[in-house]
Amino acid sequence: MAQNTNCETCPAHNIQNLKKLGIDMANFNYVIALAGNPNTGKSTVFNNLTGLRQHTGNWPGKTVSRAEGGFAYNDSRYKLVDLPGTYSLLSTSTDEQVARDFILFGQPDVTIIVVDATRLERNLNLVLQVLEITDRAVLCLNLMDEVRRYKLKIDVRALSRDLGIPVVPAEARQKVGMPELLNYVDQVAKGVYKCKAYRFKNLPANVENAVNKISAQLSESYPNIPNSRWVALRLLEGDQSIIDAVTSGDLGKIIQSEMGKEPILVQE
Amino acid sequence: MTKFDKIINTANELRWEIGDNVHDSIIESIYADAAKIADKNVTSENREQVPTFDRFVDRLVTSKWLGFPIMFALLALVFWLTIEGANYPSSMLASLLIDSFHPVLKSLAASIGLAWWIDGLLLDGMYLAMAWVISVMLPPMAIFFPIFTLLEDFGYLPRVAFNMDNLFKRAGAHGKQALSMSMGFGCNAAGVIAARIIDSPRERIIAIITNNFALCNGRWPTQILIASIFIGSLVPAHLAGFASAGAVVFVAVFGIVMSLVVSWGLSKSVLKGEASAFSLELPPYRPPRILRTLYTSLIDRTIFVLWRAIVFAIPAGMVIWLVSNITISDISLAEHFISWSNPLGLLLGLNGVILLAYIIAIPANEIVIPTILMLTVMSSEIFGIGRGSGVMFELDSVNATADILIAGGWTTLTGINLMLFSLLHNPCSTTIYTIYKETGSLKWTMLSTFLPIVMGIVLCFFVAQIWMLLA
Repeated sequence: MAQNTNCETCPAHNIQNLKKLGIDMANFNYVIALAGNPNTGKSTVFNNLTGLRQHTGNWPGKTVSRAEGGFAYNDSRYKLVDLPGTYSLLSTSTDEQVARDFILFGQPDVTIIVVDATRLERNLNLVLQVLEITDRAVLCLNLMDEVRRYKLKIDVRALSRDLGIPVVPAEARQKVGMPELLNYVDQVAKGVYKCKAYRFKNLPANVENAVNKISAQLSESYPNIPNSRWVALRLLEGDQSIIDAVTSGDLGKIIQSEMGKEPILVQE
Repeated sequence: MTKFDKIINTANELRWEIGDNVHDSIIESIYADAAKIADKNVTSENREQVPTFDRFVDRLVTSKWLGFPIMFALLALVFWLTIEGANYPSSMLASLLIDSFHPVLKSLAASIGLAWWIDGLLLDGMYLAMAWVISVMLPPMAIFFPIFTLLEDFGYLPRVAFNMDNLFKRAGAHGKQALSMSMGFGCNAAGVIAARIIDSPRERIIAIITNNFALCNGRWPTQILIASIFIGSLVPAHLAGFASAGAVVFVAVFGIVMSLVVSWGLSKSVLKGEASAFSLELPPYRPPRILRTLYTSLIDRTIFVLWRAIVFAIPAGMVIWLVSNITISDISLAEHFISWSNPLGLLLGLNGVILLAYIIAIPANEIVIPTILMLTVMSSEIFGIGRGSGVMFELDSVNATADILIAGGWTTLTGINLMLFSLLHNPCSTTIYTIYKETGSLKWTMLSTFLPIVMGIVLCFFVAQIWMLLA
């Protein structure tokens, strides 16, 4: 039944298999994180997939803590976590820490990175930082309608090849691209699609050597560490929260327990 | 030395070897990679980067001369629509819930022989408090929030932040404070949480402390009602709507000024420091999705806020009924307090009723007006309007409300000072709790709580004294 197989691989068919579960997140098989710059439509994607109605607004910084929801797709149950929008994962503001800690320690099965396609270069800064932490990511190239309005052209396939992850053009406000996004998320989560995430190429040699040295020691002390290279970079930069996590031995514990943690608040 | 300390030592040594430019070289390498990838995969057909419509609107709303006038005009338009639009549905809801439904409930209670005090507590206290909050709050919120959300959806808020940035910077605060302040116009507790977008702890605390100067939805109805009664009546009838809207805009803008002044004061005293730089992205204008916005603003904001108001109004209605009906030597607790605090109230251009109402309404600003009306009727014993002590009621029109307040000894001064005091007083208990949770500090929570109320008392005192000198 050739026709049938075609249908089954067609995303338009598979959208029928999406079941929005709202806040029902019991017995999930996979955890999906939603990352991205502020105001790129993360919450809109979140709402589309979960059927929840997180407040959306056209201004950067609307989501400051995590929102969670669930959906089921192709017989798997997913927990979706909407992270605060950030420009980078390198500074120490509360919202960036929430996002960074979750991607690093929460070890989501897939991270969806939502970007504003009209400002690709700036958005890629965050994308590369996320890819430095996790391999398994899907890029949601949102606001493609704006791309047309700005008269830009984006080579989606080449971009996907360069980044080593699936890239999905989307217009989340119109629900365009959601079936394809789901399809890729499903494939990456189940290991059908194997990502080869881009890693920084232009690090100066002395930094690269130092990172390798530290990361070797880290992997020795923490065999299950999600990404020793990234932690090594942070230690090299002197990131106090990561230093504390390493010296206290908490890094191991955090790896276990970060999943249900409240956002960290700035103390006086 | 543990193996963990050893790792840190290695990192520290290596950092010394490389020098202090580790951070910069990492950032540089990321930016270089990002630029390369983007350059390779994006081609642009037009040389003008931004569509002309966006550029045109941006030039207009962020222009040096027109930026602020446009902002005030938009604000005034929103309030005018709210004031004009809410009047009729408000009185309709009131006549339905209070004039029609309340007597039905009362006679039902009588027919099943409910004890007078259960009947009073449930129907005259709790039910009426809830009914009042619904009829006075639902219509303005159902108009105000969707319009505000449409502006937000369109992309106007970041432009406001852009306009305000320079002012906040001069006040030693963070430019993004304009965004947390905008959230405060909806709800101060939400505004306090929104201050998380500010990186520097110093500026974040300033934003949290000053958020209360943004009038929240619980206070808009008070402002709108009092402005309609006392400011609207000062001008000919056909201008009343504009005058009232203007007065509300004035109070709102005065709140913004206060938040700048207090930010400046804090950054020069207990929270010394320079304003930090940040980049603010002006998102493209997006055509608002009207139906969806109506839906989400109704569910997220209107119903959510209304629900909260009802939850707080029900116990408050009980308290009001109790203080009006528990008597010591034949005089109710409420009357004891009112006659005791009245001299202080008058000194401030307010009265004892308003002071008591603000104490009862600490959990929620929304119930200030119903409490005031009920207490006024009770203490000035206007018969034939209220239905016995402890009954919160709604009056069919703004005029009837005005009659009660004027009979209760209210003047234009009382109205003006109530508007000012409603702007400058302690945050509601939810906001206070949120501030404590966000700062983790009793000190800043106390400051945020008592600073505005001290300012309100001082301001009302001076306004009252000057008013009396001139009158």
